[in-house]
Amino acid sequence: MPGQSLLQRILGQTGLYAAIACYVIFALLPIYWTIKISVTPQDLLYSEGIKLWPSRMTLANYTSVLKATDFPRYFLNSFLVSVTTAVIVTVVASFAGYALSRFRFRGKALVSLVLLLTQTFPLVMVIPPIYRIMGQLGLTDNLYGLIIIYTAFNIAFATFLMQSFLDGVPKDLEEAAMIDGCTRFEALRRVIMPLTLPGMGATVAFVFTAAWSELLFALMLINSESQKTFSVGLLTFVSKFAVDWGQMMAASVMALIPVCLFFMFLQRYLVTGLTAGAVKG
Amino acid sequence: MASVSLRNVHKKFGPITVLESIDLDIADGEFVVLVGPSGCGKSTLLRSIAGLEAINGGEIQIGDRPVTHMAPKDRDIAMVFQSYALYPHMDVRRNMAFSLNLRKSPAALIGERVAEASAKLGLNALLDRLPKQLSGGQRQRVAMGRAIVRNPKVFLFDEPLSNLDAKLRATMRTEIKALHQSLKTTAIYVTHDQVEAMTMANRIVVMSDGVIQQVGPPLELYDRPANMFVAGFIGSPTMNFFDAVIVRGAARLADGSLLPLAPAAWKEGREIVIGIRPEHLHFADQGFPATVTVVEPLGMSTQVTLDAVEERVTLLALERPQLSPGDRKYLTAKAADIHVFDRVSGLRLN
Ligand SMILES: Nc1ncnc2c1ncn2[C@@H]1O[C@H](COP(=O)(O)OP(=O)(O)OP(=O)(O)O)[C@@H](O)[C@H]1O
Ligand SMILES: [Mg+2]
Repeated sequence: MPGQSLLQRILGQTGLYAAIACYVIFALLPIYWTIKISVTPQDLLYSEGIKLWPSRMTLANYTSVLKATDFPRYFLNSFLVSVTTAVIVTVVASFAGYALSRFRFRGKALVSLVLLLTQTFPLVMVIPPIYRIMGQLGLTDNLYGLIIIYTAFNIAFATFLMQSFLDGVPKDLEEAAMIDGCTRFEALRRVIMPLTLPGMGATVAFVFTAAWSELLFALMLINSESQKTFSVGLLTFVSKFAVDWGQMMAASVMALIPVCLFFMFLQRYLVTGLTAGAVKG
Repeated sequence: MASVSLRNVHKKFGPITVLESIDLDIADGEFVVLVGPSGCGKSTLLRSIAGLEAINGGEIQIGDRPVTHMAPKDRDIAMVFQSYALYPHMDVRRNMAFSLNLRKSPAALIGERVAEASAKLGLNALLDRLPKQLSGGQRQRVAMGRAIVRNPKVFLFDEPLSNLDAKLRATMRTEIKALHQSLKTTAIYVTHDQVEAMTMANRIVVMSDGVIQQVGPPLELYDRPANMFVAGFIGSPTMNFFDAVIVRGAARLADGSLLPLAPAAWKEGREIVIGIRPEHLHFADQGFPATVTVVEPLGMSTQVTLDAVEERVTLLALERPQLSPGDRKYLTAKAADIHVFDRVSGLRLN
C-alpha cells in the first residue's frame, strides 16, 4: 500500500500471518489430536496424555478397526447413503432451483415460503412422527429409509443454494442458446449446466458432508449391525466401563479420508468466476 | 432471407399492455430500425419476433411461414444481444460454431463458415480465446460473428452498440451497415441512438407506449413527421414548438407576431402548434422577438439558445453569427419549413 513505511508493512504482514496461524491452529487442533491419539499405543495413552506427540507410534488401532470390527461394513453403508443422497438432492434441487429462478408461476412465493419454513422446525419435534411413519412403511432399520430422510431434510436448503447460483447466470445466455437452436432443456444442459457446475459441486459437497456425519436419525432408525452407518458405529467403542479411544480415533481418521478426497476432487468446481466474460464488462 | 410481417400483435405483462395492435410489414432484405423512448416496448417487440416472449394476440410471419406459435429455435433467426450473451465456457470458435453444431452440419462446412465469418469481422487471431479474454469491442464482433455464421432468415439486434465507446460505436455502425449491404439479410435493429437510426435504416419505426407512431424512410420522418411525438423525437437538437392560432392564413404566436404558412385551406381561428427545426430558424429584420441566452460554437455550426414567446428556442446556424447573451433579435422561418400540428390530437395538418 502506498504511503506506508517498510516497517509498517512488515508489521502489518506479520500481524496478518499471526492471525491466520492462530485461526488455522484453532481450527485444526481437534483433528490433529484425533490423529495423534489414533497412533498412540494403548499403554502410553494416559501416561503421555498431554504430550504433543507420543514417544512411540503404532498402527495397531487401524489394523484392529479394519480386521476385528464391522467398520468396513459401516463405512460402506455411510458411503452408499451419502453419495446417493447427495446425487438425488443435487439433481432435484437443480431443477427446482431452475424453476424458482427462471419461471413465473402461481404460488411461487408460497412454495419458497414453505421451503423456508421447513428449515425452522426443531428436529426433536419431528423425530417421533417420523419414526412412526417409517416404521409403518417398513423403512426402519434399512439404508433406504435413511436416504429418504436425508434427502427430505437437505432438499430445501439445497434448492435455495441452487437457485442463488442459477440467479447468477444471465438469462440472456439461455435465450441466446434457444435462438441458436436449443430447446429449453438443451439450453439448460449445454449452457446453463456447465456454468453452474461450481454451484452443483458446492451442493453435492454440502449434502454429502451433512449425510456422512448425521447421527441422530441413523441412531434412531438403525438397529442391526449390517445396516449401521459409521457415525453410529463409532458409539460401539463406548462400552459400559471404558472407551476404546485409540480405535475410536483410528476409525474417525478413516472417516475423514473420503470427505477430504471428496473436497479435493470438487475443489476445481468450487472455483467461482466461471461466468466472467459472459456479458459486458 | 425473408420478409417479416406482424398482424395486430398484442402483448401484456400481467395487467399492463406493452404492445398494442402492432402492424408492420418488413420487406425481404430491408434494414428496419425501431426507435422510441425507454420502456416503449421496442425490446418486447423484438423478443416477440424472436419467440422469446409469447404474444397475447395477433400473428407473426417470417417468409411465408406463420411462426406465432413456433419455438425460437425453429424460426431461423439470429439475435445479437445488448449484453452480447457469449457462452463463457466456450472459446470464440465454439461460440460461433454452436448453432451449426446443434444442427449437425458437417464439420467441413462449419469450419468454412466460421473461417469466412471470422475473416469478415477480423476475428482470426482470437478464435481460441474465451470471452473473458476479449475486450468489449471484440466481444461485440464475436456476437455478430455468431449471428452471421448461421446465415439466418432475419437478424435481430437489441441495442448491440450501446456498451461501446462513442468512437467504436461509430466504426461498428458503419461496419454493420456494410455487412448488411453485402449479406442482404433482413434486419430489425433496436436502438435509441438517433444517429444509428438515421444512418443505418432503410425505414425507421417510431414507437411510443406500445404503439407505432410512424413508419418511413429516415428523411421522410425527418421532413414530414406524422405527429408531434415523431417531430419531437426525431432530430437533434429537437424541433421547436410554438402554440399558435390561424389568422388570415398565417400563424399568430402568443405574443402577436405572425409567421407565414404555406397556402392551404386554413380555418380561421383554428388552434394549432407549429414546429420549426433549429436549422430552419434564422435571424431577420422581422418575425418574432427573442433574447440570446447561450451561444455554443460546434465548429461546423453554431447552436444558439434564445428566450422567445414564453418558450426556449434552439437555433442552428451554419454561418458563425457574432452574438452575445442578452442580444435582442428577430427570428423567422420560411413557410415551407414550418410544420403545422393540431393542438388537441397532435396530428400533422400540412
Ligand atoms: N418481464 C417483464 N415483466 C413485466 N413487465 C415487463 C417485462 N419486460 C418488460 N416489461 C415492461 O414492458 C415495457 C416495455 O419494455 P421494453 O423492454 O420492451 O422497453 P424498451 O423499449 O426496450 O426500453 P429500453 O429502451 O429501455 O430498452 C416496460 O414498461 C417494462 O417495464
Ligand atoms: Mg430494450
